[in-house]
Amino acid sequence: MPLKKTVNDSHSRWMDADGPESGIAISSRVRVARNLAGIPFPHLLNNAKAEDVIHAVRLAVEDKELAKQAGVLELSLLSALSPVERQILVDKHLISPDLIDNFERKAVVLRDDEVISIMVNEEDHLRIQCLLSGLQLNEAWDLINQVDDGLEKTMDYAFSEQLGYLTACPTNVGTGMRASVMLHLPGLGLVKQLRGVLNAIGKVGLTARGLFGEGTEALGDLYQISNQITLGQTEEEIISNLTAIVRQIISQEKATREALYKDRRDFVEDRVYRAYGILKNAHILSSEEAMRLFSELRLGIEMNLLSGIPAKLLNELMVRIRPAYLIKVAGREMSAHQRDVFRAELIRNEFKEL
Amino acid sequence: MLCERCGQRPATVHMTEIINGHKSETHLCEVCAREIQPQGFGFVPQIHLHNFLAGLLNHELGGEQHDQAETTGNRCEKCGVPEGQILKQGLLGCGDCYPFFEDKVLPLLRRIHGSTRHTGKVPERTGGRARLAKEIGILKNHLKEAVSREDFEQAAQLRDQIHQLEKSMNEGGEV
Ligand SMILES: [Zn+2]
Ligand SMILES: [Zn+2]
Repeated sequence: MPLKKTVNDSHSRWMDADGPESGIAISSRVRVARNLAGIPFPHLLNNAKAEDVIHAVRLAVEDKELAKQAGVLELSLLSALSPVERQILVDKHLISPDLIDNFERKAVVLRDDEVISIMVNEEDHLRIQCLLSGLQLNEAWDLINQVDDGLEKTMDYAFSEQLGYLTACPTNVGTGMRASVMLHLPGLGLVKQLRGVLNAIGKVGLTARGLFGEGTEALGDLYQISNQITLGQTEEEIISNLTAIVRQIISQEKATREALYKDRRDFVEDRVYRAYGILKNAHILSSEEAMRLFSELRLGIEMNLLSGIPAKLLNELMVRIRPAYLIKVAGREMSAHQRDVFRAELIRNEFKEL
Repeated sequence: MLCERCGQRPATVHMTEIINGHKSETHLCEVCAREIQPQGFGFVPQIHLHNFLAGLLNHELGGEQHDQAETTGNRCEKCGVPEGQILKQGLLGCGDCYPFFEDKVLPLLRRIHGSTRHTGKVPERTGGRARLAKEIGILKNHLKEAVSREDFEQAAQLRDQIHQLEKSMNEGGEV
């Protein structure tokens, strides 16, 4: 039963750090919105109608031909999971936080490697998502396109010749596509160039958002860059535009790191090894502090200032140190302080041999 | 060299900044360097997208009636959602809301996307005419290229294909 495996195992394919540019581009995600023709959008459906949609999606994803093309997809009701387990799916980036609200009428479809997931009855009837390691937007779109073609054989989509795929929110209409790349930008952060870079992004139809941020602060120097416009551009145009800009940012980050290596190596080295020392020895760690330290450690690994710590481990730890997963592993509710102690212990154990 | 910031202590910290690919250097003393410690990038708090859209739609639909009740206004023929509710939620009710509220939705789309015409993927089965139209568009581009490189044999072939597709489109959809 893949869903149990998904919530018990903190690992997901996108964390493998084996994609192109994965030293800076942690992961790439493409998500498309689709709705069934003739049925009101999810926010207008009562529970019985919402179940009809889930049923239609279940039939479509269990189609044998689709399985041959795109791999076995399994639909599960969100109500089959505990609140902690639902949160783990969010922390693993497989579903959005919105899918958890009113979970009684919602479902998730997963491929067993978690590369493909489909949210059912979120803002739209379907949100098909593909998540890959590194900078691989084209590959992600190809996979989605296949799954989408397969689903369309069984389901009638709400589509208009003029406006494309029709969505509940007019910001998604057209391609229904949101493509995004998660970037780790500690170098630009250190030399305080981030604001400039990210402001520039807004001027070319993209948005930048801090990841895991509690409102305003970006945690762990992680930023998500995504397209804003979905109408009037083809999927390929959206992706090549986003990819080009992301490559720009990556090369700026690389140039900054080179300059730091040349001119300020002792300063960076000090930060990296302090982070390493704290992670290896601390007995109380908040998730904010841990994320900051992971970021510094990751920078150290990528700048070859320290070795022996796989990037894959850091990707996984980002999920494992979140409250939901800690509670799942501990098997009991914990106060914030208890979690901080438990988190530090978990990290110390991982770093014992490193 | 003295610190560029205080001009009093010797500069021992040399910071490199890269702006648009150009490197610029700042020389500071230890004290000043610590004072301008790198800070995280602060984001403008995110506006709640739906409220924001609702505001835009409100402008598009009604203008001054900001306190319009959820149940007022025209209702979509298909899903029955009233204008008032769309304004409040920033969400349309169903696919048919798009043509039904067209005169209000199109200006909004132009403002959000700078366009009111989809040029991307067309679903294979339900796409029908749209799919044909897209294919014809692609062939016409090929035709233009063929003519410009004076490949008239290719051009004639393409012209035949285009005629074929246009014919089936006029006959009602399927190839
Ligand atoms: Zn000074
Ligand atoms: Zn409607």
